[in-house]
Amino acid sequence: MSDHELRVSKIRDGTVLDHLPGGSALNVLAMLDIDGSEGTGVSVAMNVPSERLGTKDVVKVEERELSQAEVDVLSLIAPRATVNIVREYAVREKKQAERPESVRGVLACPNSSCITNAEEPVQTRFDVLEDGVRCGYCEEIIREGIADHLDVA
Amino acid sequence: MMRQDHLVAAGQLSRADVERVLDRAAEFDAALSAGGGEALPARYPETVLALCFYEPSTRTKMSFETAMKRLGGQVVDMGGVDASSVSKGESLADTVRVVEGYADGVVLRHPREGAAKMAAEFVDAPVINAGDGAGQHPSQTLLDLYTIREAAGLDDLTIGIVGDLKYGRTVHSLATALTEFDAHMHFVSPESLRLPRSVRFDLHEAGAELREHTEIDDVLPDLDVLYVTRIQRERFPDEDEYQKVAGEFQIDAETLAAAKEDLTVMHPLPRVDEIDPDIDDTDHASYFEQAHNGVPVRMALLDLLFQNHE
Repeated sequence: MSDHELRVSKIRDGTVLDHLPGGSALNVLAMLDIDGSEGTGVSVAMNVPSERLGTKDVVKVEERELSQAEVDVLSLIAPRATVNIVREYAVREKKQAERPESVRGVLACPNSSCITNAEEPVQTRFDVLEDGVRCGYCEEIIREGIADHLDVA
Repeated sequence: MMRQDHLVAAGQLSRADVERVLDRAAEFDAALSAGGGEALPARYPETVLALCFYEPSTRTKMSFETAMKRLGGQVVDMGGVDASSVSKGESLADTVRVVEGYADGVVLRHPREGAAKMAAEFVDAPVINAGDGAGQHPSQTLLDLYTIREAAGLDDLTIGIVGDLKYGRTVHSLATALTEFDAHMHFVSPESLRLPRSVRFDLHEAGAELREHTEIDDVLPDLDVLYVTRIQRERFPDEDEYQKVAGEFQIDAETLAAAKEDLTVMHPLPRVDEIDPDIDDTDHASYFEQAHNGVPVRMALLDLLFQNHE
């Protein structure tokens, strides 16, 4: 995107999440537990033109550098996400979302009879498959619409 | 050697694990047939097994209790859910941690899938999944495999699994375990009760071929074993649909006219009307023997789990 098309100004320090699927930004923020309550800047651009994706979302989170583990969780809903760590207005580090082996506490199991949906002190765990995720307790497999099952407040 | 202290799913069991349990079960079976006594010394006089059944059970609960007692051990029973602290809202995680203080192993039946797996994360004592909702029932599978081995052998086996394949936990565990053997599996069910996605995935990963049918007659002549399960009436959206399907899968002596002479008919029981009583007295019927096998097989399972846990 050229400078005259910039919808959101550059950030000084933080993380820029690019190449998120169009319309996924709010889910991405929810997965990262970012709701603006910490008082730091969060910018969201949704459904902007993208050569690679057609449309994409971009999220800029100021004063927070995402870890590789946090980035990897995003791969469930944004497999082509690119993540730039910015310091003093310059990109200092690039990260690629890679599929993790499993994710904890991120998704709710769609099986209403799963033990994780009872009043038990247990965090959900999903093993990540090539084309979906599988509940580590009841074995339920989710292939489509993973974002619909985000377990976020 | 079992690879883990707990038995929560059939997928944990390698072929070697299964054979080890079944071989030990055969020893116990022989000792029981010999009338016990010196052939069956009390191996675990200091051991207490806890039975935590959140759902009704006859065979599983009583055979675990008998198995522990035949091994010289003792049993404590949580009793019905209504009579325990579960009715006061106690979580399963708390209950099993409390029970672990009283017993050396926990047999758990629970209406929710994944319950045994979760319970096993909260305790060190061996946890045996005695049925978790529509999930798994691995100790039933071991006695099923024992029965099949005795009747037909576990390799070069052609088995038809019939009935409620979607919610039938015995089916899920059995199908998974059979991938360790040279077994040709045919799955016969109404369209709406086909195997669930998770079991299909496991079978596919194990390289098993999924042969699915809606009519028993399509496969009956080829079968060495016919494993029948109850179609669970409560799962059907309307009574008419249930009645139609229930009728389709009722097996009687006439149905078996096309079967091999040495076909073995099994059922985890309880049955409703899937198997007509006119089969009971034929050489095909193995379901009562199958139920009897619950004791030596569960003795073997407990023996190996307790040995492994020492």
